[in-house]
Amino acid sequence: MMETDTIAAISTPIGEGAIAIVRLTGEDAIQITSKVFKGKNLLEVDSHTMNYGKIMEPETQEIADEVMVSVMRAPKTFTREDVVEINCHGGMVAVNRVLEIVLSEGARLAEPGEFTKRAFLNGRIDLSQAEAVMDLIRAKTDKAMNVALKQMDGRLSGLIQRLRQDLLETVAHVEVNIDYPEYDDVEEMSHDMMRTKTKEVHGEIEELLSVAKQGKILREGLATAIIGRPNVGKSSLMNTLVQENKAIVTEIPGTTRDIIEEYVNVRGVPLRLVDTAGIRETEDIVERIGVERSRQVLKESDLILFVLNNNEPLIDEDLKLFEAIQGLEYIVIINKTDLEQKLDLDKVKELAGERSIVATSLLKEEGVDELEKAIADTFFAGEIDTGDLTYVSNVRHIQLLKKAKKALEDAMEGLELGMPLDIVQIDVTRTWEFLGEIIGDTASDSLIDQLFSQFCLGK
Amino acid sequence: MTYNAGNYDVIVIGAGHAGVEAGVAAARMGAKTLMLTLNLDMVAFMPCNPSIGGPAKGIVVREIDALGGVMGKVIDKTYIQMRMLNTGKGPAVQALRAQADKALYSIEMKKLIENEKNLTIRQGMVEKLIVEDGVCKGVMTETNAAYYAKAVVVTTGTYMRGKVLMGDLEYESGPNNQRPSVKLSENLQELGLELVRFKTGTPPRVNSHTIDYSKTEIQPGDDKPQGFSYETTEFITDQIPCWLTYTNEFTHEVINNNLGLSAMYSGAKRGTGPRYCPSIEDKIVRFNDKPRHQIFLEPEGRDTEEVYVQGLSTSLPESVQHEMVHSIPGLENAEIMRAGYAIEYDSIVPTQLWPTLETKTISGLFTAGQINGTSGYEEAAGQGIMAGINAAQKVFGKEQVILDRSQGYIGVLIDDLVTKGTNEPYRLLTSRAEYRLLLRHDNADLRLTEIGRQIGLITDERYENFQVKQQAVEEEKKRLKKLTIKPSEAVNKIMEEAGATPLKEAIKAYDLLKRPELEYYDIERMIDKNTEISNEVKDQVGIQVKYEGYIKKANEQVERMLKMEDKKVPDDIDYDAISGLATEARQKLKKIRPLSLGQASRISGVNPADISILLVYIEQGHIAKIAN
Repeated sequence: MMETDTIAAISTPIGEGAIAIVRLTGEDAIQITSKVFKGKNLLEVDSHTMNYGKIMEPETQEIADEVMVSVMRAPKTFTREDVVEINCHGGMVAVNRVLEIVLSEGARLAEPGEFTKRAFLNGRIDLSQAEAVMDLIRAKTDKAMNVALKQMDGRLSGLIQRLRQDLLETVAHVEVNIDYPEYDDVEEMSHDMMRTKTKEVHGEIEELLSVAKQGKILREGLATAIIGRPNVGKSSLMNTLVQENKAIVTEIPGTTRDIIEEYVNVRGVPLRLVDTAGIRETEDIVERIGVERSRQVLKESDLILFVLNNNEPLIDEDLKLFEAIQGLEYIVIINKTDLEQKLDLDKVKELAGERSIVATSLLKEEGVDELEKAIADTFFAGEIDTGDLTYVSNVRHIQLLKKAKKALEDAMEGLELGMPLDIVQIDVTRTWEFLGEIIGDTASDSLIDQLFSQFCLGK
Repeated sequence: MTYNAGNYDVIVIGAGHAGVEAGVAAARMGAKTLMLTLNLDMVAFMPCNPSIGGPAKGIVVREIDALGGVMGKVIDKTYIQMRMLNTGKGPAVQALRAQADKALYSIEMKKLIENEKNLTIRQGMVEKLIVEDGVCKGVMTETNAAYYAKAVVVTTGTYMRGKVLMGDLEYESGPNNQRPSVKLSENLQELGLELVRFKTGTPPRVNSHTIDYSKTEIQPGDDKPQGFSYETTEFITDQIPCWLTYTNEFTHEVINNNLGLSAMYSGAKRGTGPRYCPSIEDKIVRFNDKPRHQIFLEPEGRDTEEVYVQGLSTSLPESVQHEMVHSIPGLENAEIMRAGYAIEYDSIVPTQLWPTLETKTISGLFTAGQINGTSGYEEAAGQGIMAGINAAQKVFGKEQVILDRSQGYIGVLIDDLVTKGTNEPYRLLTSRAEYRLLLRHDNADLRLTEIGRQIGLITDERYENFQVKQQAVEEEKKRLKKLTIKPSEAVNKIMEEAGATPLKEAIKAYDLLKRPELEYYDIERMIDKNTEISNEVKDQVGIQVKYEGYIKKANEQVERMLKMEDKKVPDDIDYDAISGLATEARQKLKKIRPLSLGQASRISGVNPADISILLVYIEQGHIAKIAN
């Protein structure tokens, strides 16, 4: 059995609680975590310790989350194997990202009930509980299947089925050349034909994966930053948006960092309002964290709400902020329209170009509707095609898509090396199998069915 | 009156391709063996196509040979043409195919079994098995002879309740108008075995003198001498070609106009035919957009004028067959010597077998070949040798031999049959093997000689030769790892000739061999030539080095698979006692009774969660035992 490989899963209920935990067990649990952990060297820390640090995106070296990592070495653990628990920030975002990272570093997504199964197989759970373990596996599997079915978008399964059929026909073509070498009704599959086909499918998988990223944005909310000089009304804006709209997730002050997030739904657009470095406290992002750092924060935002004071003329600081958000998605909010206009509106329009400008008096609750409309318009008219957004939802799908993509890349590499097609085909078949796992179709007979329905074979 | 006709260790019923392998293997392993056949003139007869081998099947013949079987040796002595197929493709899918001299093959095989020590050959029709308390004790023939044995292997092919069909003509018969075996079929059913009705067919044979070959394309054999058996040293050079022609719209019109007269298309409910070997009627109906179909004309031997019309398998009435044949270029005046026909027969549902080919319900009863729902001489022979081996092992109280899916096509074949069953006559295809890169024509000896040796089917001399070869391969690989090739005019000339980019830096010979354009024979010209090794060794080194990365990947998959195979399911497991198994999985598991978790995981309808639950249950038993 594959009982020593390292598995990982989110072990806390998703979307609830202030902390979410990614748990790993298996012989490489510590090593995998240490590869993406910035902080102490986890390979050397004592067993049963909590370690503060950051989980980094391996490719971009961006911070995925600030975390506490518990390292527990075998055998005094739940599974009697090395166990690592990564305590992330609550909500969906951080914990999913961290899970994806450890999976891409070599952990395998745990099957339902697999942690408990391991605990049992390693003798950690009492024999009398075996029954319960079996029931747990069954229950969790059924539940997971229900969830998976619900999450499986019709369009996704349709697309996967089409890709699989494409690959299957290609594979069947290679097979018919092998098993019926004298059969002359069909052209001998060439490296070029195979190259075209693999490229095509590879492109589609890549697109699916990029849509998956966007899909995540919709589920988790657009990262939205509110910026502006002190006293322009940033906290009023935040409060207004939160009060006007039903908060999806209640306010969760981070335990180890000072970013506060609010989830709100504005006319169908989920926003994750990032109170970067606590607008409420200092009212001045630039002052507090410095220009360089604020630029970084801005760059990570999907949407920026830039607040100006109607009652004051434009000053150098405003211009600097304009400069900082060039090329990003933003909306200009001219607040305090209840007070005398001292702002040079023409200049603002010039600077904002095609971006929306909304006039509000947050104090008198005026212009809020217009602002919400502008947010929705910006989003729905934007490049992100909302029709695709719910496409790829769960981590398992994304993992399988990545595996499929990798297998296809192996095939493409074989083609470039001039490997015989029957060898290249091994990787194409693997791609087909991975895609099949996404939609729960792993029947291996379909190739033979395809072979005999596609070609007229016989002696 | 019944009389006691003798006591044996093993009895083999049938002397076809499965029967001879089973009988010879058991006898050579030291079991006193009796082989009973309906007609001694039909030993290892080929009632259908006159050829052995082809993709996947040819590799099976090599595997049989590596285990110590006979098919490869006999065809090497009797072929009229030999070809290596798929030479333009990778090494994993290359395979030999021989056109056989049918009559000579049968005669040679008969000679071989007649001269086999420990093997008694007798003509006789078995009517029932002697079974007591679920144990097979022997067989009874129609002449009231009772033969007793510790194991019985049934290899009755397509003879059980065989029925020949041609137009509206139908009569009870085995293939080629042999007597069918009716009572044995009934007896197996009485003993509780589930039977299924399958169908296959054969095309007409025409007289070679009446064929106008000028209208066809020649299909010659290879010039290079080659054989199936690792022990063959003399090769037949005088080869006979086959010929290629095509059906056309007239042929298709004749068939379409007479479709209602075809035995298989007349609407009567019939057995299931194989999709991979369709009748010409099937081809026309299912692929009606195809303007033509290939027809190969294959001589049936050196001393006969009969030519097998491959591609024209049919159950149309004889009169229509004439018309159909005459519509084909080259066959306008061809005289049919034997008309084509379809044959229906009983086979047993193969999921009733253990992977050893012993039936689950009757101890000591083994079945092999077409009776198990397969088609093809090679598939039959592959099962035959395994059934013979396991029957003898059982007699001697030794461990049963099961090849896994990474060890051979034979392993794939038997595992598919006993784990998944089949709803049409089963044929091996390379796509059925998930590790086909490991199951190559060239390495059948490396995979299986050791097993053949352990069970006593490989002679000392052969084993020694095998070890020498094995060692030579390893040493040559080591040597290539040490040798450095530096760029030079001579080297780059060879590179250029092979179509490879010139060498710029020094490189190990081993790594240079990995370049797809280069063969071992190119590398050989750049280094000190190893004069002590055969071409066979060189080829082997070339393949192992060139595809090292892929082979490694496949081996990793095999390792994972074997871990699952190693988890044995206890004999006495009670699936009803396992809570949590899905209903479908429980039913399937109860029926198949897999020997390992690996086998269980291949049963359709058994999901990963069921496997997890099964594992926990099995471990619970282990832990409980240790605790006690």
